[in-house]
Amino acid sequence: MIETFYDVLRRQGITRRSFLKFCSLTATSLGLGSAAVPKIVNAMESKPRTPVLWLHGLECTCCSESFIRSAHPLSKDVVLSMISLDYDDTLMAAAGHQAEAIFDEIVNKYRGQYILAVEGNPPLNEDGMFCIHAGRPFVEKLREVAKDAKAIISWGSCASWGCVQAAKPNPTRATPVHKVITDKPIIKVPGCPPIAEVMTGVITYMLTFDRLPELDRQGRPKMFYGQRIHDKCYRRPHFDAGQFVEQWDDEGARKGYCLYKVGCKGPTTYNACSTTRWNEGVSFPIASGHGCIGCSEDGFWDKGSFYDRVTDIKQFGIESNADKVGGTVAAVAGAAVAAHAAVSALTRARGKQDVKDQAGGN
Amino acid sequence: MLYEHSVDALDKIKDAKLVKAVYVYEAPLRLWHWVNALAIVVLAITGWFIGSPTPTMQGEASDNFLFGYIRFAHFAAGYVLGIFWLVRIYWALVGNEHSIQIFVIPVWSKHWWSEVLWELRWYLFLERVPKKYIGHNPMAQLAMFMMFTVGMFIMLFTGFALYGEGLGEGSWADRLFGWVISLAGGNSLQVHNWHHLGMWLIVTFVIVHVYAAIREDIMSRQSMISTMISGWRMFKD
Repeated sequence: MIETFYDVLRRQGITRRSFLKFCSLTATSLGLGSAAVPKIVNAMESKPRTPVLWLHGLECTCCSESFIRSAHPLSKDVVLSMISLDYDDTLMAAAGHQAEAIFDEIVNKYRGQYILAVEGNPPLNEDGMFCIHAGRPFVEKLREVAKDAKAIISWGSCASWGCVQAAKPNPTRATPVHKVITDKPIIKVPGCPPIAEVMTGVITYMLTFDRLPELDRQGRPKMFYGQRIHDKCYRRPHFDAGQFVEQWDDEGARKGYCLYKVGCKGPTTYNACSTTRWNEGVSFPIASGHGCIGCSEDGFWDKGSFYDRVTDIKQFGIESNADKVGGTVAAVAGAAVAAHAAVSALTRARGKQDVKDQAGGN
Repeated sequence: MLYEHSVDALDKIKDAKLVKAVYVYEAPLRLWHWVNALAIVVLAITGWFIGSPTPTMQGEASDNFLFGYIRFAHFAAGYVLGIFWLVRIYWALVGNEHSIQIFVIPVWSKHWWSEVLWELRWYLFLERVPKKYIGHNPMAQLAMFMMFTVGMFIMLFTGFALYGEGLGEGSWADRLFGWVISLAGGNSLQVHNWHHLGMWLIVTFVIVHVYAAIREDIMSRQSMISTMISGWRMFKD
């Protein structure tokens, strides 16, 4: 019998009062209201812990760094114990053969029950040789362990979309998890890294309700990725008023105007930064005076400058955007029309002259 | 078929000086044309400012709402454009034979293609005597379809997809057009780019369209501009 979450918490010296506080904060962060608190409490007290395998592919570990900084009360002490994070080669004490033994044990013992969390992605070029994991290509290990997983969480933009290692020209053919594993439910939690509370929130939801959170069209949990940064940005009134930072360190920047004109990607980025914020709710990029770079969006490295509103379109050559391409087409059309009109007028005048000459001749 | 029908009519008037005027564009179509033109002007101007905003407004944020008004005008004109486009599509089905011309191009007809080439020669100054058509000439029809009809669908689909982002998850625009963003690879920045390029496509169309209409009015000895006002196409000889 696996311990329940509550057993683990108590064993770790956490008081019931703190435990209840955690449950109500979790309910709030999931947008569930007070009626859900007893349900969460009950789930935590009665459900066995879910084993989680946390794999690392091509990545920078920023997702793990974010995760361990989760600021909700208890989470950094608790969530790790709560979910029974049985294998995470970065965080676990065991190493080498011992670690791999645990890996095999989980896969065999909890077949079809464990959650697979993937940070980073597998590179497919050269048979996956660009990411070796315990002597084997990571992609092989991923396929093997995904086969018996209950669900997969794609942590961060690497696992969700590909991120920087998949940016053009993507020499290692780094490929997001959902394009390699196609037969399992996959929850994408994009961001570079994702917000810590979003990560713990997703896991808590899955444990509490024993089901996947509701996902949007692109497979992201709606509760955290349902709105754009822009929709809840505290600088939004300046956007509607037409008050923009024109360039860095101008009067507008000092007054905290909207960063739209200096390329803020808030209007096209789905994430919870403007509500949840980072580092115990201290700040987020826009609050620090820098536009959003859209790190939780697909292919954000390849979508032109972080500092332009109308961004470059690479297909039309470097340093070319919609205005330059479209404006050129319109200008060429205008010039062609003017030239055509001139030729038309000349031809017509000459034609009339011919008619007149003919008339004169007759 | 509608196309053969217009060619028959064309043959009939080829050398007949008896036919002086033909009723081509019915009232709903003319109304649509001018409302649509006005909406496009509003959309292009406000759209330009949405991509490249006006200089910063002075004073408190609570005293200003300029960008809000610009976006409101854009969305309102977008609705007008979209609703009238639906009316236009309905009219293509119930209106006279000319009303469906910009939606269907008879790519299967050899004769039609030869007419397109003939028109191309006319515009390249290789033909001296213009032909007369009751509806659009075949090349105009092709341009109308490629740039305007297709462009219109691109703009409405991308536009309402982006509008749906503001209305939010589960809104009508999101449910009807949200798939456009997935089609664009999931990052709506790409949809903004398409929408922006589409604007330039339509601006280019407007330049050529206005020029060709004025030129034909003068050189083909048949009415063009007044036809879109009165509905009657007059032949001057």
